[in-house]
Amino acid sequence: MINARKALGALALTAIVGLSAACSGTAAETSGPAELRMTVWTSNEAQLKLLNSIGDAYRADHPDVSKITFESLPFADYNTTLTTQIAGGNAPDLAWMGDLSKDLIASDALVGLTDKLKATDGWQYDDLLGSVTAEYSRNGTLYAYPFSNSPFALYVNTDLLAKAGQKIDPATLTWDQVAAAGAAVHEKTGKAGFVIRDFDYKSWNVLATVWTGFGAAAWSQDGKTCTFASPEMQKAFSFLHDAAFTSKAMPSPGTTADFFAGDAAFTIAQVSRASLLTGSFKFGLHPLPTGPAGKYAVLGQAGVGVLTSSKHQSQALDFLAYLTNPSNAEKLAQFFPPPRKSLLTGAKLAANNKTLSAEQLQSVVVDQLPNAVTLPNHTSPAEIAQKGKTALDAMWKADADIPAVLRSVCAAIEPILAK
Amino acid sequence: MSATTKNRVVSRASANVRGTARPPFWTTRRRDVLTGYLFIAPQLAGVLLFVLVPVGLAIWYSLNDWNVFTGKQTFVGAEHYTALASDPQLPSVLLATAIFSGGVVILNITLGLLIAVLLNRRFRGATLFRTLFFSPVVVSVVAWTLVWGFLLQDNGGINGMLATIGIEGPNWLQHGDTAMLSVIITQVVRSVGVNMVLFLSALQGVPSQLYEAARMDGAGSRTIFTRITLPLISPTLLLTAIITIVGALQSFAQIAVLTGGGPELSTTVLVYYVFQQAFEFNDIGYGSTLALMLLSFVMLLTLLQWQLRRKWVFHEQ
Repeated sequence: MINARKALGALALTAIVGLSAACSGTAAETSGPAELRMTVWTSNEAQLKLLNSIGDAYRADHPDVSKITFESLPFADYNTTLTTQIAGGNAPDLAWMGDLSKDLIASDALVGLTDKLKATDGWQYDDLLGSVTAEYSRNGTLYAYPFSNSPFALYVNTDLLAKAGQKIDPATLTWDQVAAAGAAVHEKTGKAGFVIRDFDYKSWNVLATVWTGFGAAAWSQDGKTCTFASPEMQKAFSFLHDAAFTSKAMPSPGTTADFFAGDAAFTIAQVSRASLLTGSFKFGLHPLPTGPAGKYAVLGQAGVGVLTSSKHQSQALDFLAYLTNPSNAEKLAQFFPPPRKSLLTGAKLAANNKTLSAEQLQSVVVDQLPNAVTLPNHTSPAEIAQKGKTALDAMWKADADIPAVLRSVCAAIEPILAK
Repeated sequence: MSATTKNRVVSRASANVRGTARPPFWTTRRRDVLTGYLFIAPQLAGVLLFVLVPVGLAIWYSLNDWNVFTGKQTFVGAEHYTALASDPQLPSVLLATAIFSGGVVILNITLGLLIAVLLNRRFRGATLFRTLFFSPVVVSVVAWTLVWGFLLQDNGGINGMLATIGIEGPNWLQHGDTAMLSVIITQVVRSVGVNMVLFLSALQGVPSQLYEAARMDGAGSRTIFTRITLPLISPTLLLTAIITIVGALQSFAQIAVLTGGGPELSTTVLVYYVFQQAFEFNDIGYGSTLALMLLSFVMLLTLLQWQLRRKWVFHEQ
């Protein structure tokens, strides 16, 4: 009996110690060779092969790192999965990040990179383009390396335009002309006019690719005040509402049309989406159309950073510096538009791009990046997205009261902006 | 003297002979108790690990603010519970939950019973029809909902079929009322097979001589159904009501895939709202509070139904 009691006591103690260790979640550096893990959202074999080859080359010279794993998570659930891993004490050492970056930086969950990158021989910190590092910086410190900087551009199905007898001049193209040509294509061919890719009447932040041309913004520069109800935004949404319900230049809610399958005359999508072109129709690729506020450019970004919860912070930081050095940045540039000025020429980008010409890449990537604004990003991005969407749903009815709906968006998201 | 008593006497006597008065630890009773516990241990461990511990943790989380990025927890007491009263979205969510659950329960039980009564008759192809009605149950809920999502698009299959008979169908998933109707029907069509099978089994358990006697007494079909069939299948009716209500309150994938809770909040049911708060907005504390509210609803409804069984159920086997 005494033995049984002792055994039970030992078991309970082991369980408590085990649980305490599992729940402690400390980020103390561990001894011995480190095993690094980096979460990514790509499952593209070529991209993973490149990442693994860079990881292997790093390990060959760094015996203190025994393994580097690139964990591919589904894009749709990436933020949720990464957050759950962090909350569960199973955070990766390094992670790709999109709109979660503001939350991670604000929570001090990312390690500052600037000192390490500047101190790394040959890294050339000054080579980074200022406009693409702002999103991932706070008080002059960079917290994530913006490895992908893909501007939004206008893709044109020239076959469909010709079929509908429409001609456009890319040099002077305006949103009104796109809507007019799109409406004509829809009327004459039954295909869609223009599609804002990934919007689908849900992901409203990509509408920044339109409203920026009207001089509108979702919120003020400091992120504290909602500017959805501004006159510029009203004009932008009047344009979109008219395109959806009056001129039919844009597919109405609940209707799908895939430009890359030949179902639409125009689409606004990131340059990196050119890989979806199959050659089944002739296409043109141009900078975004001019809006009432003039020419503009919008950028979608992705960064990579080191988490403060990593048990191997110094090794992870060192690997990040290696992964993003000029030589590896050039390799990554075949998939992701780089943040380095030295790599940002049409000819260099075209060397690894089988779909787009040097001229196209120069005009839609290189010339746009210096002045591009990023898609709206803020702390609590999912909550803002959901509350904004819930309010904006009332916009997508034929008889919508546009100013009232925009005011309701502000009413819904302002408490979150003010946090 | 029984064999057991005799054994005890012998045992005590030999213990006295050895000079030790201590009885053996493993008595028959203790062995029986241990065997019983060992038999229920797997189930008990499951309930403990996957029900009681999570519920306990949810209660703890609901009393804390948890910054998921840093792991820092701050005790806030009843703050999340008081926040329920000031959440502007919660009334719409509760209304959507009531409409969805009510709609699913009423349609599912009515349709399930109707199909079961029809298929309980002997006719050629009855087995084929039973298989047809049951087959959606075994289809993956996400795959099922994705297909319905395509069918319910403005330019989808359902409106295409309606157009062939000259009807211009609505944009099903873009308007609050039709979106709710769509998710209810999608859920009912998929799950009605379970209730149908349960009702069929119950109907086949009703003694045929009762029907014969009723007919001889001149009872019509309606009277036979309300006076004989319904009372005799009432235990199954109660069971299906509980299963369907609990299932409806837990419906998540249909909403997530088909409407994402929209348009506006028209199809945001409580379980989806819990997911949004906890896993999308990273507000684990408030999400846990909502989850506990959902748990209390399910428990209350189940309790209420069990209390009402005396009125509903006319016999219990």
